Amino acid sequence: MAETATPGVVEVKEPSFPFGKKEKQLITDPLMDNNPVTIQVLGICSALAVTTQVFPSFVISIAVVFVCAFSSLITSLLRNNIPTQVRMIVQLVIIATLVTVVELVLKAFSFEVYKQLSVFIGLIITNCIVMGRLEAFAMANRPWKSFLDGIGNGLGYGLILLIVAFFRELFGKGTLFVGSPAEIFIIGANNATTSYWINTAAESGFGSYFSWYANNNLMVLPAAAMFIIGIFIWWQRSRNPKLVDIS
Amino acid sequence: MEFFNVFIKSAFIENMVLAYFLGMCSFLAVSKTVKTAFGLGLAVIFVLAVTMPINWMINEYLLGETGVFGTDLTFLRFILFIAVIASMVQLVEMVIEKVSPSLYNSLGIFLPLITVNCAILGGSLFMVSREYNLSESVAFGLGGGFGWFLAIIALAAIREKLRYSNVPPALRGLGMAFILTGLMGMAFMSLMGIDPTVYSVGN
Repeated sequence: MAETATPGVVEVKEPSFPFGKKEKQLITDPLMDNNPVTIQVLGICSALAVTTQVFPSFVISIAVVFVCAFSSLITSLLRNNIPTQVRMIVQLVIIATLVTVVELVLKAFSFEVYKQLSVFIGLIITNCIVMGRLEAFAMANRPWKSFLDGIGNGLGYGLILLIVAFFRELFGKGTLFVGSPAEIFIIGANNATTSYWINTAAESGFGSYFSWYANNNLMVLPAAAMFIIGIFIWWQRSRNPKLVDIS
Repeated sequence: MEFFNVFIKSAFIENMVLAYFLGMCSFLAVSKTVKTAFGLGLAVIFVLAVTMPINWMINEYLLGETGVFGTDLTFLRFILFIAVIASMVQLVEMVIEKVSPSLYNSLGIFLPLITVNCAILGGSLFMVSREYNLSESVAFGLGGGFGWFLAIIALAAIREKLRYSNVPPALRGLGMAFILTGLMGMAFMSLMGIDPTVYSVGN
């Protein structure tokens, strides 16, 4: 939250087209070089707890993109009418309202997912990404750009979430996308009876290739998420030395 | 006895930072020196310990069907909880500014940021979902805050020492802090052996 150095924030004077180059950058920059999680250190809190499986992470990502985009839009529309002394409370009320909407929608349409994620949906309110982008961008920019910035940062957050969840679910449980319509059981020893790959492999005589695999319980623990993000930061910063922090 | 139990459980076994990974942003950002970490830790203990009973009373007497309004108002929970937290943080800020200007200056922007510290709102939501009573929720607030305090002091101390180590450049700073936190989380994980039922909660 603190290291909110946001090199991407540039106030542009001239009126720009709805999908100009600057607007495109607002969406693509947060995906890698100005990623909210690994560069701006925002929104790590709620990110790590949900990433044991890909599907819940996907749901949270969608929710964050929605909340981020629309809270930026609303804040940006109101930005000239919000007194500075109470702006944090106003922002929090906007965010909290949107999160409550998301929670009620999820409760109504996908109760299983809602039960799994109940606390963490609520924690989107205190997700530093939403508030951080409101402070850093939406309070100083026009509605359409703030909206795009919200979408971009939500997507950047979702990208990290999905990468972490992919490795954690694959190695921790030997499955992928459990809970979604496209669920796959790949290598988990405990899932041998339901595994598509093991069954077809066994029929064709290659079953023993996978049957040695035992689930790696470390990957299910939250600590594994920290390692994966740490390694991701390592990869990202050695790829682009400009991102290395000197302190 | 129940009070003591909840305190120990929330401080060590279910440590907010190292078991649930809540309050991570300020945990990673403020842990560069022990001094500022100490001040922030104390502020978090205070805010958690005060907001927890207030939010308990709001949840019990205003929001439930047995409350003052007699209808189910639980959909207002987030907004009311976060409003209580924001006003408490505002109060803490004013008190610290009057009592100790030097601490106020060294904390700087991180003091108001306690509002969006996930551990605070997370604590209140856990309190509701675990159905604690009033004294248990006080213990939970104190214990959770104390656990957060211990964790940030520990990380800050390690990071101060780490400045003299030969870490790969791309991993220096933030990357190393992530990996350290993961290792500390694993160390705290062994405390979960005290109560086997806790083990599955985080997942």
